[in-house]
Amino acid sequence: MRRFGGTAIVILACIAIWQLLYLYVGDSALASPLQTVEKLSVLLRTGDFWIHVSETGRAFVLALLIAVLGGIALGVILGLGRLAGDVAEPILVTLYSIPKIVLYPLVLLCFGLGMSAKVAFGVMHGLIPITLFSMNAIRQMKPVYRRTSQVLRLTTLQTALTVIVPAILPEIISGVRLGFSLTLLGVLIGEMFASQRGLGFLLTSAINLGQIDTIMAIALLLTVFAIACNTLMMMFDRHLAHR
Amino acid sequence: MRTEAVLRFGIVALLVATVEILCRLHVIPVGVMIAPSQMAVELTKILVSGEFSADIISSIVNVLTSTVLSVTLGFVAGLIIYSAPGLRAALEPLLASYYAVPTFIFYPVFISLFGVGSGAIIAIAVLLAVVSMITATLNGLDRIPRVLRKTGRIYRMSRIKTAVMIELPSAAPSLFTGIKLSVAYSFIGVIASEFILSGSGVGYAIAYAYNNFETPRMYALMLLIILLVTGVNTLLNGVDRRLQSQRRR
Repeated sequence: MRRFGGTAIVILACIAIWQLLYLYVGDSALASPLQTVEKLSVLLRTGDFWIHVSETGRAFVLALLIAVLGGIALGVILGLGRLAGDVAEPILVTLYSIPKIVLYPLVLLCFGLGMSAKVAFGVMHGLIPITLFSMNAIRQMKPVYRRTSQVLRLTTLQTALTVIVPAILPEIISGVRLGFSLTLLGVLIGEMFASQRGLGFLLTSAINLGQIDTIMAIALLLTVFAIACNTLMMMFDRHLAHR
Repeated sequence: MRTEAVLRFGIVALLVATVEILCRLHVIPVGVMIAPSQMAVELTKILVSGEFSADIISSIVNVLTSTVLSVTLGFVAGLIIYSAPGLRAALEPLLASYYAVPTFIFYPVFISLFGVGSGAIIAIAVLLAVVSMITATLNGLDRIPRVLRKTGRIYRMSRIKTAVMIELPSAAPSLFTGIKLSVAYSFIGVIASEFILSGSGVGYAIAYAYNNFETPRMYALMLLIILLVTGVNTLLNGVDRRLQSQRRR
């Protein structure tokens, strides 16, 4: 409990800094914490806002599903083949550090405007970290696990599902935690440029109209959502560790 | 090691060749993507004419500034957090959740704070990069073997001498990983911010070319970014690997 107390103090300090910054730069550049929360509660009560939220939500869920399943599958395949992994790792690391936003025009040209482009952009961001985490986890797995599955004559699919995935679950969760936020970011950026709906679109139109309180309200909503999901995943991880 | 490098090169070459052939056969329409060889030709043209030199230099300066800032700030913050366990316990849950927040959503806020320009771009890049440096610093300091510090005490080293001769070299591999990540995140932060909203830089030039249907130019600049990032990344990874193997010895 004391630990949470400390964290609460840090969060309060952040809000205090936010308020001070607001007093310093004024209304036109920043909204105060109170204004932001008020604006958010107003937004949450309008029907239009929920249309945008559900649009972003649908794209995000789809992208995350593809990124997680694809990332784990790729990671397992690359992790099991020593050579394939050695060959692929530097390529993946480089792909990870490329600012993927520059590829955005290409994605748009391939997928057109709309849902599929957003999902593709989210997957592009989220897939690689999940792949890297699961691949490295398999390579550091105890060899005895795989030998046991050989002794039991499990098929490749059985080995993957009953031995390998459970063994590397903690690393998969770490990968998904990172992939989660990157997928969300990818979907939002996708919406910022090529969409008429979604939170990213709301952000862009608020930027163009100079509605700073809307920007901050959406940012706050996304931050709270991201941290809440992340905390849930960490709790799940700790629950697994205690087992 | 050699076989993998050859294979890797082969795979990348094969991919590029496939795209090249598909483009030449017009399976991929010219409006969607130009052939890689044309991208390279266009890129050399751009580099020779010096048309985008100002943008390229401004992006690189921004990336360097952001890297230096986030490495310095991250290192100092890491030291402070390490030396105050109470603060560390309070901050740790927040640090673990930090990368869950899509930092870019704060870019509009920074624009209204700093105006459109380098200030907001560097701020968002530092925000993205600094936490990986803090985490790397903490990791490095945590992993200093106890025996090294004890040895220092036996030799009656001063605090500063211990820091410079024992702690810093021992933490170096982790610190370098932090630097490597800071460079990568600074690149992403700077280029993406320029792309979203800005008036200069390579990211802006790509967005501009895209909006004006100057496809060859756009792909040439994309190629430039990819080559630049790959080059820097390969270099840093090489150093990183050498440092890591030193630790194992």
